[in-house]
Amino acid sequence: MFVVERLTKTYADGTRALQEVSLSVEAGEILAVVGGSGCGKTTLLRLVAGLDRASSGAIAVDGEVLDGPHPAVGIVFQEPRLLPWLTVAGNAGFGLMDLPRAERDARVADALSRVGLAEQAGRWPRDLSGGQQQRVAIARALVARPKVLLLDEPFSALDAFTRASLHEHLLALWEASRPTVVIVTHDVEEAVALADRVVVMRPRPGRVFETVTVRAGRPRDRLAPGFEKAKRRILNALDRSLKTPADRPQADAGGAELWW
Amino acid sequence: MNAPPVISAPVQAGLADEAGLPASAAAGRRPAGWSGLWLGLVLPVAIALGWELAIRTGLIQGRLMPAPSRILGTLWGLAATGELWTHVQATLGRVLAGFALGALAGTVMGALSGTSELMRKIMDPTLQALRSVPSIAWVPLFLLWLGIFEASKVALIAVGVFFPVYLGVAGAIEGIDRKLVEVGRVFRLGRFAMLRRVLLPAVLPSWILSLRAGLGLGFMFVVAAEFMGASEGLGYLLVDGQQMGRPDRILAAIIAFALLGKLADGVLVAVTRPVLRWQDTARSRL
Repeated sequence: MFVVERLTKTYADGTRALQEVSLSVEAGEILAVVGGSGCGKTTLLRLVAGLDRASSGAIAVDGEVLDGPHPAVGIVFQEPRLLPWLTVAGNAGFGLMDLPRAERDARVADALSRVGLAEQAGRWPRDLSGGQQQRVAIARALVARPKVLLLDEPFSALDAFTRASLHEHLLALWEASRPTVVIVTHDVEEAVALADRVVVMRPRPGRVFETVTVRAGRPRDRLAPGFEKAKRRILNALDRSLKTPADRPQADAGGAELWW
Repeated sequence: MNAPPVISAPVQAGLADEAGLPASAAAGRRPAGWSGLWLGLVLPVAIALGWELAIRTGLIQGRLMPAPSRILGTLWGLAATGELWTHVQATLGRVLAGFALGALAGTVMGALSGTSELMRKIMDPTLQALRSVPSIAWVPLFLLWLGIFEASKVALIAVGVFFPVYLGVAGAIEGIDRKLVEVGRVFRLGRFAMLRRVLLPAVLPSWILSLRAGLGLGFMFVVAAEFMGASEGLGYLLVDGQQMGRPDRILAAIIAFALLGKLADGVLVAVTRPVLRWQDTARSRL
């Protein structure tokens, strides 16, 4: 289980990005975090990834408290962040240099074939499209077999068709090893298509406003009435989160459940 | 029946690259080829032909502006007697020694300045001030300190090479993409691994560019160095041509300088091309 407890982040200039955010995510669960600009979504992921230090609070994976980057946590950023001097396979295997060569090669080959890039393994990042580069970034995060995979708006720069295709790739990879996934997104449709639970955050300072549980099998039919209903429910929560005064407590942290 | 390989050839090639081995040939960049070389010769050959024609038709006097054929004849004569090679060897030896010292010092101090805010604050203002001192201003000081022989010449060239390398390395380190460093941090790279796997490859293109700039300046500074009482070297050939009233020797020396400089830069480019084949530059796409 992945737990975030009363996490607060205040920057040196006094800006409070997060205030006492608490989350509890079951192993293998996909959690989406949505919210307006400035609600601390990216800050939350950077704290969990160990790239920034929290002002207070704790992060734990399976009872182990994290203090900095940890092998149990992998992250895919908004941009692919591939190292341009490494080939596709070199990038995918970047986090595996401590492993024996044969095992590293096998894991990279498996991950690249799962994201449909086995034939591109020897090419440079410059030769790939944006969607292909992001697939390599996902493969790079997953080959290290993290217990928790963080995705920070990984598909936001892509067109709708590529995004939908990457959702399928991501779900296929998730099916293979079932890590806990926390995805930050602006796209409510993406959140409903992927997540078991959607956390709506409210800004200044970032706090959990409401949680919506989505109970439906995968792959999800985006044209189903239940899908549309879930989207509306989350959009409504987002709307209310932006209108709620900052000093009011969260509306419904326990959350609603939607089935279809 | 043979079982299919567990790992495809492209994956093996890609991983070989991370291990420092050659990557897939398909990933390499196409070399410029011979057409580029011929195209590069069009302008100097056209100028030489026009110049030759103007002198032969009496349009201009050839006394102070000797015809290319005469310059080539002088160059050939110097080569045939072995005199040219003596001068080329002397100049090249000085440039290489000065380049090695200047590049090493520039790289080390640039790395210190780029990685440490304190070192940058201590060193950078002084070095920026010294950078604007003209090369010729160092000559009397180096003669006084190091004497008239090789040491003073090599020191002057090293000064010329040092500044572009220092600036290139310090600027490249300061400009490393924070996002790529974060990738290294996420995978918990230690200091040495971060240096080897992220920082060095990231600064490599700028470092090589600064070495090229430094080498070019090395060839400029060697002339000033060889004006300091040398008895051999292409700079000496220039002074000798002036004192003997032989413009053909001066121009032959200038041509030899140009060819030597171009050749040295070409060697540097050829040696470093394999490590930069990943670059996504506009030139590689045009």
